[in-house]
Amino acid sequence: MIQYILRRCLYALPLLMGVNILTFVLFFIVNSPEDMARMQLGQKHVTPAAIQNWKQQHGYDLPLLWNDTQDNSKKLTETIFYQKSVGLFLLDFGVSDSGRDMSTDIKQRMWPSLALALPSLILGLTVNICVALMMVLFRNTYLELGSMVLCVMLMSISSLFYIIGGQFYIGKVLKLVPISGYTDGFEALKFMVLPVIIGVVSGIGSGARWYRTLFLEETEKDYVRTARAKGLSETQVLFKHVLKNAMIPILTGVVVVLPLLFMGSLIMESFFSIPGLGSYTIDAINSQDFAIVRAMVFLGSLLYIIGLLLTDISYTLVDPRVTLS
Amino acid sequence: MTLLGMSSILSMPIKTLSVLVCLVVLLTACDLTSLNNPYVGENTAGSVLYSSFSERPKHLDPAVSYNSNEYTFIGQIYEPPLQYHYLKRPYELIPLTTTKMPTVVYRDKAGKPLPENAAIQDIAFTDYILDIKPSIQFQPHPALAKDNNGIYLYHHLSLKQLEDLSSIGDFKATGSRELTAEDYVYQIKRLANPKIQSPIAGVMQPYIVGFEDFAKQLSAAPQTDLKTISMQGVKALNRYQYQITINGKYPQFRFWLAMQFFAPMPWEADVFYAQPGLKAKNISLDWFPIGTGPYQLTENNPNRQMVLLKNPLFHGERYPDSGEAKDKALGLLHDAGKPLPFIDKVVYILEKETIPYWNKFLQGYYDASGIASDSFDQAIQFAGNGQAQLTPAMQAQGMRLQTEVQTSSFYMGFNMLDNVVGGDSERARKLRQAIAIAIDYEEYISIFTNGRGVAAQGLLPPGIYGNQEGQAGMNPYVYDWVNTAYQRKSLTVAKQLMTEAGYTNGIDPATGQSLILYFDSTSVSTEDRPMLNWYRKQFEKLGIKLVVRATDYNRFQQKMRDGNAQIFVWGWNADYPDPENFFFLLYGPNGKAKHGGENAGNYHNPQFDKLFEQMRNMDNGENRMQLIQQLQEQIRHDAPWVFGYHPKGFALFHGWYLNSKANLMANNKLKYLRIDSAARDAKRQAWNRPNFWPLLVGLVLLIILLVPAIIAYRRRASATLQITQHRQQDIPS
Repeated sequence: MIQYILRRCLYALPLLMGVNILTFVLFFIVNSPEDMARMQLGQKHVTPAAIQNWKQQHGYDLPLLWNDTQDNSKKLTETIFYQKSVGLFLLDFGVSDSGRDMSTDIKQRMWPSLALALPSLILGLTVNICVALMMVLFRNTYLELGSMVLCVMLMSISSLFYIIGGQFYIGKVLKLVPISGYTDGFEALKFMVLPVIIGVVSGIGSGARWYRTLFLEETEKDYVRTARAKGLSETQVLFKHVLKNAMIPILTGVVVVLPLLFMGSLIMESFFSIPGLGSYTIDAINSQDFAIVRAMVFLGSLLYIIGLLLTDISYTLVDPRVTLS
Repeated sequence: MTLLGMSSILSMPIKTLSVLVCLVVLLTACDLTSLNNPYVGENTAGSVLYSSFSERPKHLDPAVSYNSNEYTFIGQIYEPPLQYHYLKRPYELIPLTTTKMPTVVYRDKAGKPLPENAAIQDIAFTDYILDIKPSIQFQPHPALAKDNNGIYLYHHLSLKQLEDLSSIGDFKATGSRELTAEDYVYQIKRLANPKIQSPIAGVMQPYIVGFEDFAKQLSAAPQTDLKTISMQGVKALNRYQYQITINGKYPQFRFWLAMQFFAPMPWEADVFYAQPGLKAKNISLDWFPIGTGPYQLTENNPNRQMVLLKNPLFHGERYPDSGEAKDKALGLLHDAGKPLPFIDKVVYILEKETIPYWNKFLQGYYDASGIASDSFDQAIQFAGNGQAQLTPAMQAQGMRLQTEVQTSSFYMGFNMLDNVVGGDSERARKLRQAIAIAIDYEEYISIFTNGRGVAAQGLLPPGIYGNQEGQAGMNPYVYDWVNTAYQRKSLTVAKQLMTEAGYTNGIDPATGQSLILYFDSTSVSTEDRPMLNWYRKQFEKLGIKLVVRATDYNRFQQKMRDGNAQIFVWGWNADYPDPENFFFLLYGPNGKAKHGGENAGNYHNPQFDKLFEQMRNMDNGENRMQLIQQLQEQIRHDAPWVFGYHPKGFALFHGWYLNSKANLMANNKLKYLRIDSAARDAKRQAWNRPNFWPLLVGLVLLIILLVPAIIAYRRRASATLQITQHRQQDIPS
C-alpha cells in the first residue's frame, strides 16, 4: 500500500503543476500586472510611476512565462510564473498582494469553515441515510410516495431561499438564534445551529434520494434475502446489513469531500458572517489579488488529490476484497 | 449509534415516546430572552456602538489609505492638523491638533514676503506655518515602550521574542510620548517615499518644494535615512511648530491638511514594524495604527471584526457649541461643551450581505443602517409633496431618517476625441445637447435609485462652493424654468437639435441608416440589463441606435486610457469642498488619453482652461463666483457630459443613536456620536423575546406524522409474521 501511496503522490506533482499553469494563464488573460497595480493603488491620482513602483515591489515587473533578456536557466526562473510558483510546492504561500501573510490568514479562517462544514456533513449524512433507509423500509407505501414528493420539492428550492427563509423565520420571526455572526470556542454553537440546520435540510432532497437508490440496489441482493430468511427484522436487515454493504458508494462521495471541508462554503459563510475560507478566493478574484488566487487554487487541488487518495484507502478498510497495488 | 438508535426508537413503546416528547416540550418552554443576541458575553456597562464593514480594509497606513471604508477606522485614530466643523455649513475648516489655523505667508521668487492680496503671478512660494498644541500624547503602543534606561524595548526583537508573538496584543509593555512637529514632518516625508506608494505623491509632487528631490534621494538610500534626510519645503521650526512651503499659490492645500495623509507618524513606528518577522504575522503599520486620536484599534481581525476602544491618552476635545440655525431644534447642541468622545467602544463586524444586516438592525443589534433597494419599500414612503418619510412600522420602532445630497456626481461622458460625438464642431455639440435632453435622468433616479438623487444642473453638487439653487443654477440647454421648478425640455427641442446637427430623425446621412452610437459599460451582469435597456430606449427617442459594449472594469479602463471609448458613465466623489476638485475633471491638461489625468472625456477647450486656471487659485469671493458661473456656462454649452445626478444618501438611526448629522467631508465623526445604552437595552429586550409556540406546533405535527408510520411499521412486521405462520402451516410435515 505504501508503494501505491507513493506512486499516487508522484502522480500528483504534474497534476498540481498543470493546475498551477492553468490558473496562471487564465488569471493573466483577464488581468494584467498593471490592472492589479491599479486595483491595489486605488482609483484616484494613480500615476504610471506609482504603477511601475508597485509592480517592482511585488515582483510583477518581470515577464510572465519567459524572460528573453536573461541567460540560460534565468530565462525561466526570472519570470513571474517561476517566482510565484516555487514557494507553493513547499507550501510557502507567502504574502498576498495586499500585504497580508496568507498562511496566517488561511490558518485563521479554516477553523470557522470547518466548524460549519463538519457538523453539516456529519448531521446531513446521518439524516440523509436515515431518511433513505426509512423510505426503503416503507417501500411501496404512501409514506414512500410522500417522502419522494417531499424530496423532489426540497431539491427544487434554491439554497439561497433556505438561507434567507431560515434567517427570516427562525432568526427574525421566532428569534431563537442570532441571524448571523460568529465567535470562538463553544459559544460558536449558538451561531452554528441555524446554518447547520439549513445546510442539512437543503441537502435532504438530493441526498436522501441518492442513498435510497443505493439501498434499493442492495436490498435486491441475495444476502438480504438470506438475512430475511434467517428471521431478522426488516430494521435489522436494513440498518445492520444493507447499510454496511452500501458503504463503498457512500464513502466515494463522502471521503473525497472531507479535505475540501477546509475550503468552506461561499454563500453560507457570506450570509451568516462566518469568517471562513469560503469567500477568501472570491474576494481575491474581485480584488485581483493573484497571490491569494493561485494559493487557494493550489490548496484546493492538493486537498482534492488527498481526498481521492483517502477514498482509495478507505475502500480497503470497508471491503476486505479491495487491495491497493 | 444513531442509526441503531433509530431502529430502537421505531421499536419503542408509544407511552415511553410520549413521555420523552413531553420532557422536550417542557425543556424548550423555559423563559429564555434574547436568544438571538449575536454579541456573546457582551459588556453592557459602557457605551458601545455596533457597526459593520462589508469589505476588509486594504490599508490603515495614513500615507497609503484613500478609501472611505478605511477612513471609517483611521479617521478616528489619526489626527491631521485641521478638521471640518461638525455642525456648520458650508463646510468650515477648524484646528484639530493646532492651536490656530495655519499662518499663510506668500513669498516672491527672491523669498521676500508678499501681502495677503498679492497677485497670483507674483507669488512664487506659499509658506504654511502650523503651531501644534503641546502635551498631545500618542496612544499606548509597543513601538514607544522604553525600559528604565530610556531604551526602546521592542526595536530589536530577538528570534525568541518573535516566536512568542501572534498579535500586537502579545507585547506586554506599551509606551507613549508627546506629539511633536517632527512627527508631522516625518509623515510628509513618508508621502514622498517611493517604497510606501502614497496615492497622493503624484498630486503633492508639483506643490511641496523639494518633494521630488527628496524621493530621488531616498530611493538611493536605506529606508532608515527617511528620518535624517531633509526635505527642502518641510521643516520643524521648533518642538511645536512646523512649516510647509509649496510652489506658487494653492489655496486648496488647506483642505489636504484636514486629510489623514497629513496626520503625524512617530518615526518609532517605522523602525518597529520594519523588523523582520513581524510582517509574516500580519503585524504591520497597515494593520495596527498608532495615532493620537480619540480611539485606538485594539482588535484587528479583518476576517471577522475590528474593535476601537477609547484612547486613554486622548488630549481631549469638546463638543461644538454652535452650528446651523436648525441644529438646536434637532437636539444637536444638547451636548455642547461636553468632553469628547462619548462612546467607549466601537465594534465593527464583517457583514457581507445586506439582508442579515438589515434584519439585525431591525432587531436593535445594529445602531444605524443605510437602506438597500430590497428594504426600501419597507422603510420609506413618499408623501404627497414627494418628501421621503419613514413608514409607520419604522416610526413605531422610534427610528429616524436622515437624508443628504452627496457631494458626488454621476455623469454620462462623451469621448471628445471621437469623430462622431466628440470635438468642438457645431454638429457634434448639437448632437450632444440633443442626447442630454433625451436622457431623462429624473426617470432614471425614480426607477433605479428609488428616488434617491437629484438631477444635476451642472458640474457642482449642492454643498460645493459655486453651486446655485433655483433658476440661477439651471442648465438652460436642457431645462426650462416652469412654475418655480426645473422642467426638462421637450423631445421636440431635442429632435430639432438633431436635425440641425444633420441627423434628421436620427438618420446618419453617411449611411442612410439610424445613427449608431457605442456605449462602453462595465455593467455586465443580468441585473444591469434593465438599466442598459433603459439607456437604449432614451437614445431611441431620437432615432439613435445605441450599441452597448460591456466589458470588465480592467478592459474598460484600458479603453478609457487609450481614448477608445465613445460614450461612458462615470462618477466623482469630492475630496474636499472646493469647485476646483470638480472643474479639474474637464481641464484640458488633465486629459486621460494624452496626459493620464482624471479628465476621462478628454475635453479640451482653451477658453475653459484659461478660466479654470484663473479660478483654481483664487480665494472664495465675488470674482471667483463669477468665474465659476462662466465655467458652468461653458460646459453646459459644450456639453462634454450629460450631467446625470447627484446621489442622495438615506440613513436610518434608532432612537438611541444621538448627535448624528450628515457631514460628507469629515472622517472623524465618531467622537461626536452618543448612544443611550439604557434605552437600547430596554428596546432589545422588548423586541427579541423568542417565540417557542411554532416550534411546539411543528413538533406536534412531526409526532402526528410519525405515529402512523410507527403503527404502519409494526402492523407490517406482524403481518409478515402471520404470513410466515400460514406458510408454515401449509408446508406438509
